[in-house]
Amino acid sequence: MQIDRRLISHFDWGLFGLTAALVFFGILTIYSATYSPTGEQANLATKQFYWFMFGLLAMLAATAVDYHDIERLAYPFYALSLGLLVLVLFIGSVGGGSQRWINLGFVALQPSEPTKLAIVLVSAKYLQYDEPAGGYRLRDLWWPALLAAPLIILTLIQPDLGTAVVLSVVFMSVVLVGGLRLRSFSYLVAAGLTLLPIAWQFLKPYQQRRILTFLNPDLDPLGAGYHVIQSKIAIGSGRLLGKGFLNGTQNQLEFLPAQHTDFVFSVFAEEWGFLGCVILLALYFALIMLALKVVARAKERFGALLVFGMLGIFFWQVAINVAMVAGLLPVVGIPLPFFSYGGSSLVSMMTAMGIIINVSMRRFTF
Amino acid sequence: MLPIPFRTEVDPQMRSRVNLLIALVSVVFLFLIGRLLFLQVIEGDRYTYLSENNRIRIKKIPGARGMVFDRNGALLVDNRPSFDLLFVPEDADDPETTLRELARVLGRDEGDFRNLVRENKLRPAFGEIVLGRDVDWRSVVTVETHQLDLPGVTLWIRPRRSYLTDGTAAHVLGYIGEINPQQLKARRGSGYVMGDEVGQFGLEKNWEEYLRGRSGGQQVEVDALGRRVRVLHAVEDVPGQNVHLTLDRDLQETAHHALEGKDGAVVALDVNSGAILAMVSTPGYDPNVFARGVTGEEWRTLTQDSAHPLNNRAIQGQYPPGSTFKIVLAIAGLEEGVIQPETTFFCPGSLTVGNRVFRDWKKGGHGAVNLHKGLTESCDVYFYLLGQKLGPDRIAKYARALGLGQPTGIELDHEKPGLIPDTEWKKRRLGQPWFPGETPSMAIGQGYVNVTPLQMANLTAAVANGGTLYRPWFVRKIESLDGRLIREYGPEIISTLNLKESTLEHIRKALQDAVNSGSGTGGRAKSNLIMIAGKTGTAQVAEMKGAFVKSENLAYKIRDHAWFVAFAPVEKPEIAVAVLVEHGGHGGAAAAPVAKKIIEKYFTRDGRPAPTEPRLASRDGARHAD
Repeated sequence: MQIDRRLISHFDWGLFGLTAALVFFGILTIYSATYSPTGEQANLATKQFYWFMFGLLAMLAATAVDYHDIERLAYPFYALSLGLLVLVLFIGSVGGGSQRWINLGFVALQPSEPTKLAIVLVSAKYLQYDEPAGGYRLRDLWWPALLAAPLIILTLIQPDLGTAVVLSVVFMSVVLVGGLRLRSFSYLVAAGLTLLPIAWQFLKPYQQRRILTFLNPDLDPLGAGYHVIQSKIAIGSGRLLGKGFLNGTQNQLEFLPAQHTDFVFSVFAEEWGFLGCVILLALYFALIMLALKVVARAKERFGALLVFGMLGIFFWQVAINVAMVAGLLPVVGIPLPFFSYGGSSLVSMMTAMGIIINVSMRRFTF
Repeated sequence: MLPIPFRTEVDPQMRSRVNLLIALVSVVFLFLIGRLLFLQVIEGDRYTYLSENNRIRIKKIPGARGMVFDRNGALLVDNRPSFDLLFVPEDADDPETTLRELARVLGRDEGDFRNLVRENKLRPAFGEIVLGRDVDWRSVVTVETHQLDLPGVTLWIRPRRSYLTDGTAAHVLGYIGEINPQQLKARRGSGYVMGDEVGQFGLEKNWEEYLRGRSGGQQVEVDALGRRVRVLHAVEDVPGQNVHLTLDRDLQETAHHALEGKDGAVVALDVNSGAILAMVSTPGYDPNVFARGVTGEEWRTLTQDSAHPLNNRAIQGQYPPGSTFKIVLAIAGLEEGVIQPETTFFCPGSLTVGNRVFRDWKKGGHGAVNLHKGLTESCDVYFYLLGQKLGPDRIAKYARALGLGQPTGIELDHEKPGLIPDTEWKKRRLGQPWFPGETPSMAIGQGYVNVTPLQMANLTAAVANGGTLYRPWFVRKIESLDGRLIREYGPEIISTLNLKESTLEHIRKALQDAVNSGSGTGGRAKSNLIMIAGKTGTAQVAEMKGAFVKSENLAYKIRDHAWFVAFAPVEKPEIAVAVLVEHGGHGGAAAAPVAKKIIEKYFTRDGRPAPTEPRLASRDGARHAD
């Protein structure tokens, strides 16, 4: 394969730099979250660094191939993700009450992470052609909907409500930007709202209770409600300037659940304060803005939708995760991209970033 | 798919959508920043206060387990409030000082407390250490009054299981204990958490689903000393459901006391339903020890005791039935037509089969013996001969029909099946044919024959009620806290034996005379209050070849087991009892008086009309050997 010199000069260092900065802060925070003054501690920060190295390779691979070749890989990649999701149902290991991981011996793979990429790939592939006059109607979208449904249902079964939510909103976002008629969208919303109470009747009382608790953690003050209040205490007690690196007390006393994964933002907020949070969110904001610029400048619809889908994954996860730990949304398992501990998530997110940079690099080539 | 086959450039529409997206994303981020501004800057001081020493904690409130009542509504198992002494080292400025002060005011050894703190090194920060469970009232008052000098020390009130009858019905009621990891895994999804109490044995285990209470809890804000300031949220605990048993508390206590100092078992059944009125196994244990939290040493003592106090001998003990088994042979003989009631055998005091001599318990022999005399005087030679006529397979057929050789199916764990051998069994298990010399042993309930006391009680009830074999049961109904009926249990018929009316008639008459005639072996069970019928049994533990040795003179471990099975009143039976006394010697001497006490208690309970006057006894102190 011949690499065009122009490609290298067009490499998007801005996106790359922001990614590296986020991962760097993430590793620092993971170090703090798992830090124990008495010595013995899991070296998750080091592990996350190795995952970052591995992610760089994945990112490089995702930028090296022309993204039009990636389009050809959309269905095989989709099939692979689907296969892994089915596999995890049978041989998955259980953690925290749900079956999400495939144990490969040296490492546990979480198939729901690459699934996020797969759903974007197949939707962008389908929607790449000019939208019909006036936009897509619902009946035009039966094929991508049919592709997305099993992914969402399989993650729901695990049960991994967080990923199912992310998959759904990312899919809806791509379809909307891809040109779904607003009227059709409102039909969809209306239909959903009408069906909800009917579906509710079919649920068992304990299932209803679980959903109610999910929607309102205060109903479960000893479980989820307790986690939220501890998370709010961690964030709030950081005040303007924070308690300083390694000085957070909430996380070190293990009051926070999953303090190095889903609740890593609370740890960061406690130690770096409001100022640190603003800087961190600014990094995410800049990253999304740069990616949106790539959308606007992409050569054709496929590139634009592909980049949009990927940045949609980032955006929704950041928004839901921060809102969740700040007590604005129910607690669901959604990691903070580039920041939370987790190899599957980091490598998948860096692959997604590679695809964005890929499109950005090739906007001038033909 | 849509039929547009070429790729197109990004349309202007798309670009305008991007502008809209920039606005949307900005709004979301501003919203998040606003939320953080509120939490960290505006409310920051409040959260800082709450974060210091983790002021918000979860207190679990275990739900009270359901109560257990006897058949008359008398309380058997209850919950009482108790105090646990808790210590959170993080709440104390100087944990050492607090512990020293605590030891001083309570007059306890400081080292004990220190050890407890050391043992709990792996607890989460601000996790509580239990310094004392179920502490006495004086300690509670002392700790309360010294509260300010004891930062980090708190008292926590919680319900504790209380067995009002102490060890009297321990093996039926069972005991509770902290849930272990395997149980937690097995009950995943039913709301159990580490530290919960769960039924581990007996009723407590098998009716766990009804008895368990649902834990509640409180999210509380505590002050700098760890004392509760206010409750932020609370989840009410839900008490468990109440269980009503068929057991009779008075009868249970009588049986327990009658067996005191002996190893053995008693089962009393309602003849007409199979409901268990009393079930006792001795030696026993005090389930209250488990409710308080059994210590390692206590547990070792219980499990290593050679008398196995945790075993329920009534269902787990397998013993040769001895002469009580003659009831089975009598039924088989009459039903098969092998003998008539008046068929007479001559008993010279022993029977020789091949080169083996089978002795009768009575040295000089019983002379001419018919069925009635055979049963009342428990003539061994009569049954050796009857057994030979029947053969092992026909004996086994009737024994099994009467419920022997298989578990009764009572809803208690670890019930043993006993063993009824036959030719096929012997070939299968031992690879040997049945030897003719084994039949006489089997005929008097020795050899391979093994039964449990519950099986014998059930057999006796079937003889008394005309041939209906019920599945023994002991839970009558489950009620909710407000008295609503949740579930009701009733008798369940295992099988109905199609026996000739005359067969059971003859046997009942013989068993009546075994107790009341004066020449019978069961004279010690004769009551002035009620007409009792019964059969003695003396099960050999060790074979005494050729010699007559009085059982009382033998070493304890090789002394015979004493049996007595009985029912009353003879005319219209209500209660059946089986008594087994391990190494008790002669059944007539060791077991019969126990059965008598229980039956007399049954007919003289409060509010019961005076029983029918039994026929006048001819003579007291009848013979009491088999």
